[in-house]
Amino acid sequence: MSDGPRAIVAAHGNLAAGLVSAVACIAGDAAAARLLPLSNATLGGAELAEALRQAVLSAGAQVVFTDLPAGSCTIAARRVARDVPGLAVVCGANLPLLLSFAVASHKSAATLSEAVDKARAAMLVAGEAANGD
Amino acid sequence: MAIEVYRIDDRLIHGQVVVGWAQPLELEFIVLVDDEVAASAWEQDLYRMGVPCEMRVFFESVESALTRLPEYQQMTQPGLLLTGDTETMRALVERGAAIPRVNIGGVHHRAERVPRLRYVFLTPEEEADLLAILARGVEVTAQDLPAATLVPLADVLSGHGE
Repeated sequence: MSDGPRAIVAAHGNLAAGLVSAVACIAGDAAAARLLPLSNATLGGAELAEALRQAVLSAGAQVVFTDLPAGSCTIAARRVARDVPGLAVVCGANLPLLLSFAVASHKSAATLSEAVDKARAAMLVAGEAANGD
Repeated sequence: MAIEVYRIDDRLIHGQVVVGWAQPLELEFIVLVDDEVAASAWEQDLYRMGVPCEMRVFFESVESALTRLPEYQQMTQPGLLLTGDTETMRALVERGAAIPRVNIGGVHHRAERVPRLRYVFLTPEEEADLLAILARGVEVTAQDLPAATLVPLADVLSGHGE
């Protein structure tokens, strides 16, 4: 794994692997190597929390990105964060958010907040529908 | 009855419940029956987070659920009752809760469990729980999402559900 902040991307189905693959396409393998994908497929709540805990500890991750606020990945991440000091959980991950994180040189609360701001700003309605027509 | 779905799901409140079931059925409340969660404010905050603010969540132990279930069943809005395991649902049924049908929504992989469906893995004890519920005249089927095929318990246990 490359230098720099590390994170787990935990999501439904193949979403996490797909997002990390997209980061590799756009920012390169070194940036993508900061992100370890984890799927919740076939895992119950307790098993998912344990798999996530192992992933966080083995990767030395400082952040867990999840997809859905009410989803099992977020529930599991919050459980793990309760026991791992300094571990941040960021819900609603999208590609702009992961790109911002993966290319940043340092992880800090400010970096994460900036990445979230960029991710929010990246969501927009384009074209005529943007005018409410 | 105001409770539309009685679900066993070892993830408890998660995406399939909040989005997959709650939105098409326009559910307005969830009754989560779990002794551990009912005894922990932290666990309750965990599960309440992310649930849309217009949706109410009630946390009950088995004991308190048996007392309050009739109230929930008479509410005017539709809701969903949730347990995290077969044992809890069996306890509700055997102790007199008027539950007409049980939805096996998700019992996931664990070392000692045998795969039955893509989203259902069961130990012999869990199979016995489900058969005991069925023996009480309760309809028991597996269905992870409303649009998915309804699989009767017999087909789940025979491995012919998919």
